[in-house]
Amino acid sequence: MSWLIKKLWIVTLVVCLLPLLFLGLDVVFDNLGSNPIQTLHIRLGDWSLRFLCITLAISPIQTITRWRGMTEYRQLFGLYTFFYASLHLLVYLLVDHNFMWSLISTDVIESPYIWLGVFAYIIVFLLGITSSKFAMKKLGRNWKKLHRWIYLASIASVIHYFWQLKGNLAEPLFYAMIVFLLLSFRVFIWFTSRQISKMMIPKGRLDQ
Amino acid sequence: MIIKTKKDIPSSEITPPEIFKERRKFIQMLGLTLAGANIPSAFAGENKVNFANLIKSTTPDDSLKPTPAELVKNYTNYYEFTFNKDDATKLAQSMVIDPWSVEISGEVEKPATYHLEAILNKQTLEERIYRFRCVEGWSMVVPWVGFSLANLLKMAKPLSTAQFVKFTTIQQPETMPNQRDKKMLDFPYVEGLRIDEAMHPLTMLAVGMYGETLPKQNGAPLRLVVPWKYGFKSIKAIVKIELLKNPPLTTWNQSAPQEYGFYANVNPSVPHPRWSQNSERLLGSGFFTSRRQTELFNGYSEQVASLYQNMDLRHFF
Repeated sequence: MSWLIKKLWIVTLVVCLLPLLFLGLDVVFDNLGSNPIQTLHIRLGDWSLRFLCITLAISPIQTITRWRGMTEYRQLFGLYTFFYASLHLLVYLLVDHNFMWSLISTDVIESPYIWLGVFAYIIVFLLGITSSKFAMKKLGRNWKKLHRWIYLASIASVIHYFWQLKGNLAEPLFYAMIVFLLLSFRVFIWFTSRQISKMMIPKGRLDQ
Repeated sequence: MIIKTKKDIPSSEITPPEIFKERRKFIQMLGLTLAGANIPSAFAGENKVNFANLIKSTTPDDSLKPTPAELVKNYTNYYEFTFNKDDATKLAQSMVIDPWSVEISGEVEKPATYHLEAILNKQTLEERIYRFRCVEGWSMVVPWVGFSLANLLKMAKPLSTAQFVKFTTIQQPETMPNQRDKKMLDFPYVEGLRIDEAMHPLTMLAVGMYGETLPKQNGAPLRLVVPWKYGFKSIKAIVKIELLKNPPLTTWNQSAPQEYGFYANVNPSVPHPRWSQNSERLLGSGFFTSRRQTELFNGYSEQVASLYQNMDLRHFF
């Protein structure tokens, strides 16, 4: 058991690759339905969004459990968000468009839902390349400021999901709810801590 | 009404006897029985009809390679059943399509309700290979089996006041879960065409595809096919056709008027408000092959562009 806890990080690292393995098997066995490219594309996007939600869940879990040992897991999940988002983008560019830039540019320009995807990806990309301890030290205070953009990335991703659909909104609604809960938890903490710090101020000083 | 098309599309008027026989077989396979006749349900038996001798209509797309049938049968938007494209294949099988009749009414000399087999008795079934482009950005090539809508409308003798045609899908909440739960769209599904669009020789009613009776998920027993418009115009399981003075309120137009217009002509230079319509994924095309450049009127410009000569296609999307 203690071995497992020690190695938990490595185990997590490997487990997070399983969706990719299953997806690869579905490609090989032609198990992706009538529109396999779209299915592949969407499933990679789904996993990116799932990892984004998991990454966002780490802070609330730390706050609730008062256990601060999850920082490196947050980094790992964040990097997997970046990893699956990059594959999602690569499938769009290469598998779906075969790098036909004329088609790609028109598609991007004319599709507002893609603008949000691009916006979210730029953020996830910047956070991905600045996730190391080295970058953290180098950026100092700005690191935290930069990494708060993940909140905007999560909102943009959910709208990106919503806006491309004609019918079934159940799945993006599910993610919208998760993201809403995770973000409102932060607002709640921020608000209550402000109240507490107000109470901490000695009475006399309030009169001044 | 004269429809000007630059290239004439010849459609055969004569039915060779072997095709007539095939047609009889086809009608039987549809499970449609003559009034009073007691033929056991044809659906119980072999459902495949060999259409080797079917008239191949000379459409502009004779060179088109049909999309593999399995892909077409398992990728349908049938919101009465489900919002997922692969689930309708199973869910639609509970639909009751026998017997089936179609009401033709409104601005016509002879309003009537026809049994489907009575309609088919008077029609020459043809195979027509058409491109099919969905508003969602995917497309396929389908060999439909059917006949020109104009032939059916002529049976009812439209009055000169008939300017539009309204089509209505069957209301069958006992088999259609989303009709029962009133989910998302205002059912029954309604679509419409301008009279000249409806009378156009490319506009057809389909009762089959790939040489077989139409699968339920693909719109059995009778669906519209308008190849130059987005797929949602091609309404399924039609029970009512009304000729009207004014344009009908169509389902998607009612649901999101800024996104889905009455015309819904395929047009790569008029994007949907949320996504581009410039390209499409042709089902069956492999990984690492680019999406296809979408064509104006889905490639049927030569035949239909004259219908929209002085219209601003951005405004009338």
